[in-house]
Amino acid sequence: MLRYTLRRVLQAIFVMLSVGFISFSMFTFVGDPILHMIGTEGTAADREALRNALGLNDPLIVQYVSFLGKMLTGDFGISYRLSMPVSDLIVERLPATLELAACAIALSIIIGIPLGIFTAIRRKSWVSQGILMGSLVGVSLPTFVIGMFLILIFSVNLGWLPAFGRGETAMVGNWSTGFLTTSGLRSLILPSIMLAFFQTTLIIRLVRAEMLEVLEQEYIRFARARGLSDRVIWFGEALKNTLVPVMTIVGLQMGSVIAFSIITETVFQWPGLGLLFIQAVENADIPVLATYLVLVSAFFVGLNLLVDLLYYLVDPRLRGGQGAPK
Amino acid sequence: MSDATSPRRGPAAALSRFFDGDLWYNFRTSPLAVIAAIIFFGLSLAAIFAQFVAPHNPFLAPDLMDGMMPPMWESGGSQTFLLGTDDQGRDVLSLILHGMQVSLFVGLAAVLLSVVLGVTLGLIAGFFGGVVDAVIMRIADIQLSFPNILVALLIDGMVSASFGRATQAALALPVLVLAIGLSDWVQYARTVRASTLVERRREYVQAARIMHIPSVIILFRHILPNIMGPVVVIGTLGLAHAIIAEATLSFLGVGLPPTQPSLGTLIRTGNDYLFSGEWWMTVFPAVTLVLLSLSVNVFGDWLRDALNPRIGK
Repeated sequence: MLRYTLRRVLQAIFVMLSVGFISFSMFTFVGDPILHMIGTEGTAADREALRNALGLNDPLIVQYVSFLGKMLTGDFGISYRLSMPVSDLIVERLPATLELAACAIALSIIIGIPLGIFTAIRRKSWVSQGILMGSLVGVSLPTFVIGMFLILIFSVNLGWLPAFGRGETAMVGNWSTGFLTTSGLRSLILPSIMLAFFQTTLIIRLVRAEMLEVLEQEYIRFARARGLSDRVIWFGEALKNTLVPVMTIVGLQMGSVIAFSIITETVFQWPGLGLLFIQAVENADIPVLATYLVLVSAFFVGLNLLVDLLYYLVDPRLRGGQGAPK
Repeated sequence: MSDATSPRRGPAAALSRFFDGDLWYNFRTSPLAVIAAIIFFGLSLAAIFAQFVAPHNPFLAPDLMDGMMPPMWESGGSQTFLLGTDDQGRDVLSLILHGMQVSLFVGLAAVLLSVVLGVTLGLIAGFFGGVVDAVIMRIADIQLSFPNILVALLIDGMVSASFGRATQAALALPVLVLAIGLSDWVQYARTVRASTLVERRREYVQAARIMHIPSVIILFRHILPNIMGPVVVIGTLGLAHAIIAEATLSFLGVGLPPTQPSLGTLIRTGNDYLFSGEWWMTVFPAVTLVLLSLSVNVFGDWLRDALNPRIGK
């Protein structure tokens, strides 16, 4: 166990160091930070003085280490475009993205799991066939097209829901939340549906496949032989074993919800991290780009590590081969 | 090798063998696959010959007086512009045809790039093993834990940051192909590596090695043809991904510039007019995109089942 954990943690650290190096290279080799800071007017002596003051004349490895140190203490530099510390920008934008992602994940679980179970236990019904056909179309539909059609139907034609922004937000400490106002909640609906769409189709197919496989197992046949009712077999016996793999996949998918929120936030002009990132790409705002890269990677790597370690705890079969099991 | 045993040779014979074969029979008898193939080839032909098929030339100076015309069946529409016109008076149908040409080109080029890169790296990793294998597959693992669209966005962001947005407009097409192509090579590498591990123990490879045939030739002339089946399937599904990725990046404003109409840029420009009621500027390109990706997906799904011997019917 210890050796396995150690190996996975070392691997995660190695990945983060390489990601850090990529984002460090963006600072060092892409464009000239001095030009960004004092423009083209400064004299050669001014620039040289600033270079020395910023440590840009130090050996690369020294610069890299000090860069890592700054990242670890939360000093991500200053945005070229907005002239604000990147850490402030992140703190300001993070709540919007997290609230949106949480709603989308909750929505996809609430809709996806029951529909998946239904299509598995009523395999032949035409409703199941319809749901499955719909989920195939859902996989092929580009997410931004879904968002556009949602806006066209519910905002432009019916005028029921707002099509952009977060509505009014309330401050709870440093956290700006849209959960406490009606306009905030109304604004959440369409973006959450769009972001949840792909996840929902994925969960439906996953739950269905897992459930069908579990229902073929010996212990289910035995339960039937004991005369247990369908209801008890489905929800008492089969469901538990279906949900373990589903939960891990859903956990891993949280990363892609964050990634796809870039698209959702652009469509709905949602003031979150994704929109910040897209604007940074458009304007070559390197400090923001690099920070987003590091933060999102840390999130992904952490998630993967967590899932791997949980799997190890949950599934004893993995403990064979490597390391001494305790 | 098989030339001596096979009585029929030449392209004509190969074609007739194909039409007699299982794959063609399987195709003919799956209506969904036939419909998908017809839609895909119809759209592709219309896109390839856009210059001749399109009723108008969208690159000529348009007449602003024609701007914002609805499709012909709505009131205020005209027979000249079947699907209406955009804000500059350009014919939407012609724009879609030309845009589809760009989208298909980017999609195909990106898939080609990921196939070449992924297959080469997969062959090398599977055949040589050891440190090379470990390094390549580690990189693949890392990249696989990030969604493709994020990788493509990051590559695009870095390239445009190093060239500056101004020069980047001219480079937009190759940068886009590079970003999408590099974001999708992992699947090919993993599949090819797995098949190469099996193939390299086969007798024909051992025979070739004993004859001191150089590794490069063994890899590309002997092993490669035997492992292309799954690559073709992934490539077909990959084309749908690449077309959607192009549209998404262009829609987000980091792909092609608005002067170069692709399905994504058309949807993006049309999206600005959604609220004022000019829905046709964005809905028609979006429907085209969905048709294109859905037909490729359905065809790819069929191909995967048809080429997979384990799923018998």
